[in-house]
Amino acid sequence: MSDKKNAKSMSIIVTKGSLDWAYPPFIIGTTAAAMGLDVTMFFTFYGLGLLKKKLDLQVTPLGNAAMEMPLMGGHMAMPNAVAMIPGVDKAATVMMKNLIKKKGVASIEDLRETAIESDIRMIACQMTLDLFEYKREDLIDGHELGGAATYIEAASQSDINLFI
Amino acid sequence: MADQVLDTKGLNCPLPILKAKKALKGMPSGATLEIQATDPGSVADFEAFCRTTGNELLESKTEDGVYVFLIKHTA
Repeated sequence: MSDKKNAKSMSIIVTKGSLDWAYPPFIIGTTAAAMGLDVTMFFTFYGLGLLKKKLDLQVTPLGNAAMEMPLMGGHMAMPNAVAMIPGVDKAATVMMKNLIKKKGVASIEDLRETAIESDIRMIACQMTLDLFEYKREDLIDGHELGGAATYIEAASQSDINLFI
Repeated sequence: MADQVLDTKGLNCPLPILKAKKALKGMPSGATLEIQATDPGSVADFEAFCRTTGNELLESKTEDGVYVFLIKHTA
C-alpha cells in the first residue's frame, strides 16, 4: 500500500431513476459508506423518484442499444421497433427483476435501506420537487431538501464527486 | 475458529461487503469474522475493503468452490 491518504468523503449526483440506472449510485454509495467514507447523495430530475416511498422501478430496451439479456446460452438485444410494442418494457422489467433475484443481486429497496442505516446524507432537489409536482410526503423519511448550492457546498468538501 | 461466521453464499456485489461491515460493526475490536462467499469478485473486494478500512485480512482461501475470508476487526 502506498502512503497516500484515503479519501474520506464522497458525493454523488443521482439523475436517473430507471431500474438499471438506480444500481450504480446505490451500490457505490453504500459500499463507500461501508468503507468509512461520509457519503452525500443529491437526487435530482429522474433520480428524485428513487426517494419515493413506494418504488416501482422499470427498465426499457427502447433506445437502450447496449441492453442485452442472457437467453438460452446467448444474448438477446431488441430492436427499437420491437421495444416500442406495448408490454415489451413490462416484460423486460420482469425479466430483469427475475435475473436480479436469481443472481443474488440486492434489490434497490434493500440498498436504499442500507443507505439510510449507514447515515448517507440524502438531499432531494427542491427544484425537481416543484417541477414535477411531487409532495415532500411522497418521499421517504430521512431526506433533506436542498438545491444546487447545498450540493456544491457538500461537493466542495468531498474528496470524490460522481455524476450518475 | 472465528468469533463469528457470516454466510453470504449466493449473494452478489456489494452484499457480501455490506453484510460484513454490518457484522463487524457489532463486534469488539480484536474479534475475528469469517465470511463465506460464492461471488468471485469478493476476493479482490475484501482485499480492497481491508486495505481501505484498516481491518486485517488474516486469511483468504477457497474451499470447495466457496471463498472464505477471515477478518480481524481492528478499525
